[in-house]
Amino acid sequence: MTATTLDLSTSTLREVNGTLHAATDGSFTITHPRGAHALAAGIDAPIDVEIDGPVGYYCAGMHKTGTVLVKGNASTGLAENIMSGTVRITGNAMMSAGATGCGGLLVIEGNAGARCGISMKGVDIVVGGNVGHMSAFMGQAGNLVVLGDAAEDLGDSLYEVDIFVRGSVASLGSDCVEKEMRPEHVDTLTRLLAAAEMDADPADFTRYGSARELYNFHVDDIDAELAAGGAS
Amino acid sequence: MTDQPWNLRESYTYDRNVIAEIRRAANTGIYRIRGWGAKRELPTLDDLVFLGASMSRYPLEGYREACGTDVTIGADTSENPVQLDIPITIAGMSFGSLSANAKEALGRGASAVGTSTTTGDGGMTPEERGHSTKLVYQYLPSRYGMNPDDLRKADAIEVVVGQGAKPGGGGMLMGQKITERVAEMRTLPEGIDQRSACRHPDWTGPDDLEIKIIELREITGHRVPVYVKVGAARPYYDTALAVKAGADAVVVDGMQGGTAATQDVFIEHVGIPTIAAIPEAVRALQDLDVHRGSVKLIAAGGIRSGADVGKALALGADAVSIGTAALIAIGDNDPKYEADYNALGTSAGYWEDFQAGNDPAGITTQDPELSARLDPVIGGRRLANYLKVLSVEAQTIARACGKSHVHNLEPEDLAALTVEAAAMAKVPIAGTSWIPGQG
Ligand SMILES: Cc1cc2nc3c(=O)[nH]c(=O)nc-3n(C[C@H](O)[C@H](O)[C@H](O)COP(=O)(O)O)c2cc1C
Repeated sequence: MTATTLDLSTSTLREVNGTLHAATDGSFTITHPRGAHALAAGIDAPIDVEIDGPVGYYCAGMHKTGTVLVKGNASTGLAENIMSGTVRITGNAMMSAGATGCGGLLVIEGNAGARCGISMKGVDIVVGGNVGHMSAFMGQAGNLVVLGDAAEDLGDSLYEVDIFVRGSVASLGSDCVEKEMRPEHVDTLTRLLAAAEMDADPADFTRYGSARELYNFHVDDIDAELAAGGAS
Repeated sequence: MTDQPWNLRESYTYDRNVIAEIRRAANTGIYRIRGWGAKRELPTLDDLVFLGASMSRYPLEGYREACGTDVTIGADTSENPVQLDIPITIAGMSFGSLSANAKEALGRGASAVGTSTTTGDGGMTPEERGHSTKLVYQYLPSRYGMNPDDLRKADAIEVVVGQGAKPGGGGMLMGQKITERVAEMRTLPEGIDQRSACRHPDWTGPDDLEIKIIELREITGHRVPVYVKVGAARPYYDTALAVKAGADAVVVDGMQGGTAATQDVFIEHVGIPTIAAIPEAVRALQDLDVHRGSVKLIAAGGIRSGADVGKALALGADAVSIGTAALIAIGDNDPKYEADYNALGTSAGYWEDFQAGNDPAGITTQDPELSARLDPVIGGRRLANYLKVLSVEAQTIARACGKSHVHNLEPEDLAALTVEAAAMAKVPIAGTSWIPGQG
C-alpha cells in the first residue's frame, strides 16, 4: 500500500493533524515539517506515519497505538505522555523526550537532552546515544535504556523505573542507586534492545533504581517514646 | 472589658498557637502538613461594601426585572465553548483527596444549577464524568492519570501552574489516602507519601506554554476551551503571560485558597490575598484589551457568599470558583459528628486535617466506611441549594446597584472600609474619593 503524502508547505498543521486523527488505518508521509510544533500529536489509530525532516515541540504527543518515525531531530517533549505504539527518531531529541509517557516504546537513535523520561509512567525509552541531566526525574514506572552516557543527577527522586546505562553516569540524583542486574532485568533489557533494533550486549549495562528512602516522610515522636518508657 | 489576670497574660508574639507549633515541631521534626486554607486574619472582600442605588442610580426591581448570570468561555476559539448558567464554578479537587461520593455530590450539585466541576491532581474518574454535565479536566505538573481519552471527554482543559494555597509548591497526598485505586490511577506505589512535581515536566516559560496549549488544542480538535490556573503571587504578569500563551480563561486563586494537603508555612505565608489579586489580573486583561471580552477571569480563594461573588465580579472577575465552601455545603465539619471530631482532638468548625484520611464527614477520605457517611444525592442537593443562594444573592445586589447582568457590576459600585482594602482593591475609602496610591 502506498503512503499518502501530507505536505506541510501547502497544508496547515490543523489539516495534517486532522487527516491523521480521521484515519483508521494506512500509511502517511509528512513532508516539509520544518520544525512544526505538535505535529502528529494525538494519534489514536493503528496508522504508520513517517515525518521527513526536523520537528518542533511535542511531536507525537499523547501518541496511541500507531507508529511515528521522525527522520531528523526533534525539539522539546517528543512523544510526551505516549500511551502505546511506537515513536522512533533517527536524530537527536531535545529536552523532556518521553515525558510522563504511560506506555509504548520511544526509540531515540541519537542523543536525548535533559530530563529524558521525566515523570515517566510506564513507557519504555531506548536511547542510542547519551541522555542529559536529570533524566528519569521522578520516574514512576517503565524502563529507560541508555546505550551511551548519562549526565548529572540521573534518576533523581525516582519511583519504580528501571534505568539501564551502558556508558558512564556523571552522578546519580537523590535516592537513585546502582542495583543488581538479575535475570529478569537481563530479559527486559534484551527484549527492549531487540524491540528498538539496537545492537548491544545486555551484559555491558548497569542497572539503577530507587533506594525508596524518599517514599515516606520520616516523622519523629519523642513524646510517644517517652510515654512508652524509652527515648534517649 | 473582662478582667484578664496578669498571671494569664498571653504573649502576642508567642501566643498559644505559636507555642503549640514550636512544641509540635520539636517533637516530630517535620513541618506541619494540613488541609483547609489560611486561618490567620487577612484583608478580605468583607472589607468592601456595595454602594446601592439611590437618587443618582436606579435599582432594578428585585423579582421582576431580568438580571443575567450566565458566562461563556472560549467562544472565539472553541467549537464547544463552556456555557455556565451561574458565575460560580466548583474548583479542582482530586479524587484521592476527596472520596468518590464527594466527587459525585459535587457533580450532582453543580450540574443541577448549570455550572461546572473540575477534576484534580489524580485524573478523571468515570463517576465524576458521569455526574458532571460540564467537567473541566486539570492538566497538572504531576500528570497523574493524564491520558488523551479523558482529555477528549473534557468540556474544558485547565492547565494548572499553581494554586493559591501554595504558589510555587507541588501537590501532596499522604500515604493513608494512597489506597489501591488511588495508587493505580496515579501509577504510584500504595501507601507512599506522594509529593507531586511543582513544575510542568515538558515546558517552563510562557513561550513554551503557548506551544503546549496549541498541542492540547490539536489533540482535542480545537473543540474545548483552555484555562490557565495560577496561584496569586504576581497576578498582573501571570495573567498577561497566560493571555499571551493563548488561554481562554485565567483562574487566579488567592492565598486564602483551600488545599487538601500543604505545608502550613506555605498556606499562611505564600501568595497574596484574593482582594489584592483580582484588580491586578483585571488590569492585565484591560491592558491587553480582552477584559469582559475574549479572555475570562475566574477568581478563587475564600469565596463564601453571594456578597463575595458580587464583589469579585464588581472588581472585574467574570466568574468565581469555590472549594472549601462547597465541601462545607455537602457536609464538611458537620456538628452531627461532634463526638468523632472530639475523638480526633478537635471540634466541628475547627477541623482542618483534610490530609489525614480520617474525615468524620466522609468527604476527604478514601476509607470505605467513612465515605459511606456521605450520601451523594443529598450532598448534591445541599450544594445545589447553596449555589442557588450564592447566585441569587449576587443577583440581588447587582439589581440593587441597577445592573441587568451581574457582569455590569464595576469597581464604581464599591467602597472600602479599610485603607488596606482600598489600596488593594483600588476603590475609594467609604465616604471619600481617596484611593491610596492614586493621588
Ligand atoms: C480538598 C481540596 C483539594 C484540592 N485539590 C486541588 C487540585 O487537585 N488541583 C488544584 O488546582 N487545586 C486544588 N485545590 C484548590 C482548589 O482548586 C481551589 O483553588 C481552592 O479551594 C479555592 O479556595 P477556597 O477553598 O477558599 O474556595 C484543592 C482544594 C481543596 C480544599
